[in-house]
Amino acid sequence: MKKKLIRELITALVLAIVVYAIFAIGFTTGIINSYWQGILMLVGINVTLAVSLNLATGYLGQLTLGHAGFMAVGAYVSALLSMYAHLPFVLTLIIGALAAGFIGLLIGVPILRLKGDYLCIITLAFNEIIRVIIVNLSITNGSKGLIGTPSDTTFLAVYLVAVITIFVVYSIVHSRHGRAIISVREDETAAELTGINIAYYKILAFVISALFAGLAGGLYSHYIAILVPKYFDYNKSVEILVMVVLGGMGNLPGSIIAAVALTIIPSLLISFSQYRMLIYAIVLIAAMLLKNSDAGIALRAKLPKLKKREEVEE
Amino acid sequence: MDFINQVINGLSTGSMYALVAIGYTIVYGIGKMINFAHGEIIMASAYFAYVGMSFLHLPALVAVILSIILTALLGVLTEKVAYKPLRGKGSLEVLITAIGVSYLLQNVFYMIFTSSGRTFPQIMPKGAINIGGLSITYITIITLIVSFVATGILLFFINKTRLGKAMRAVSEDQGAAQLMGINVSTTISLAFAIGSGLGALAGVIYGAKFSIINPYIGQMLGIKAFIAAVLGGIGSIPGAMVGGLLMGVAESLTIAYISSDFSDAVVFGILILVLLIKPAGIFGSNVREKV
Repeated sequence: MKKKLIRELITALVLAIVVYAIFAIGFTTGIINSYWQGILMLVGINVTLAVSLNLATGYLGQLTLGHAGFMAVGAYVSALLSMYAHLPFVLTLIIGALAAGFIGLLIGVPILRLKGDYLCIITLAFNEIIRVIIVNLSITNGSKGLIGTPSDTTFLAVYLVAVITIFVVYSIVHSRHGRAIISVREDETAAELTGINIAYYKILAFVISALFAGLAGGLYSHYIAILVPKYFDYNKSVEILVMVVLGGMGNLPGSIIAAVALTIIPSLLISFSQYRMLIYAIVLIAAMLLKNSDAGIALRAKLPKLKKREEVEE
Repeated sequence: MDFINQVINGLSTGSMYALVAIGYTIVYGIGKMINFAHGEIIMASAYFAYVGMSFLHLPALVAVILSIILTALLGVLTEKVAYKPLRGKGSLEVLITAIGVSYLLQNVFYMIFTSSGRTFPQIMPKGAINIGGLSITYITIITLIVSFVATGILLFFINKTRLGKAMRAVSEDQGAAQLMGINVSTTISLAFAIGSGLGALAGVIYGAKFSIINPYIGQMLGIKAFIAAVLGGIGSIPGAMVGGLLMGVAESLTIAYISSDFSDAVVFGILILVLLIKPAGIFGSNVREKV
């Protein structure tokens, strides 16, 4: 078992280095121009966001709509530390992530006893409150936006953070803790009866999820020229949710692919961006109906390819 | 005097929230789901009335009635297409679908009418009555009367008629109601129709009050009304009414005495306090979860 794990780890590490090498060659030879380099950075940020939300929504099974709020905390904390305290970039990222995690803990402790619809709406409420606070603070320059954050974010930084996020979430999910987290999603009562401290695991997953959202926020604030609070509204949270739902809840490679696709496609097709939200809406409805309704299940059974995959999963 | 004026303004906005909140509450009571797309259905109703009056040149009353009927149909349609196939499949899935429906409606109306605001025809008399130092606009008075009459009729329907009895039975226990020969599916559709129809009234009132409508008006209105429903105790119709009125007054006083920037934050603050202190709301009964 342990040998298998080490082998997997080494394979993943080699893969990560090879993928990075390909990108690095692309950058130095100029095959990937600076426009695309910028888009690839956004891809990495979105991968981090989607993978971290998947921990809370996919694996823990708690629908939260406040991910953009945690991202905002990380973004503003790290940006302000860079601008006013002149701390090194990596340190601001870490402090930003910790701040987001801390806010996640503060919010999570009281609210995680709520379920389903209520949890969803209260996380949305906190998202909006965080945004309103940022708009009304003078240090964040309100809705006009923060200008002058050093553009320290490099592709390497984004790439490393994405890899670390994937690694951490993967390790958690495949550990004892991960099985506990999944058991909370499957049946809270049964999980509690087997002696799992469900409150602890809910908060653990929620805080880790918030922490990485904050990290992604820090990368974003050192990437974008003007940091505006409007970016972190309810729609951004839904956008991240769409990535998780499209990739499959509780499916890490799925989240990564969906985040890559949903970042690159709108940049490729300018006309697409007009229909972006419409398509997101259809994705959400179609994914749910195809996966869960009787008609959808019957339809998928007719498609041999999908059926085969399902058998493998089960 | 200014304070009383603000309270009356708040009651007027609040009664509009109340009409929307009743829609949430009825659907929750009977379908056991929160219809996240309810706000967008109200946005649609405002556009229906707008098209009826500005393009088809119908008389205001006809356009409003038409809008109520169309909105009720839209509500039933969303239920049949998006929610019914997922009935009994888990609340997470229904919730995500509802978020999808809300964005779908928003963007379909954006495609048709673009994001630029449309001027809603003036259907209520402008001006105000002055009593002492108080000045109450006609819109305020009409809004209050319409919402109270509509709520009264609804309460009568729920408590005194056969269909109302069926609705109460389904909300009490779906399985038992089905065994008693009540058509659960029809009853749920009826709940969506009533909720959306009342919402259409709110949509028209919104148009008359703010005179400009755009595809995004439903989002905040929906969220605020939902909070009103939670505040009053979700599932309770008088609760939704009281919650809506309280919410309107709180918002109006915040705008008048603190800052309009914080009005949304205060509204969300109310939600957080209610959910943390008394999740069942003012009129809700504490139902212990059975294991």
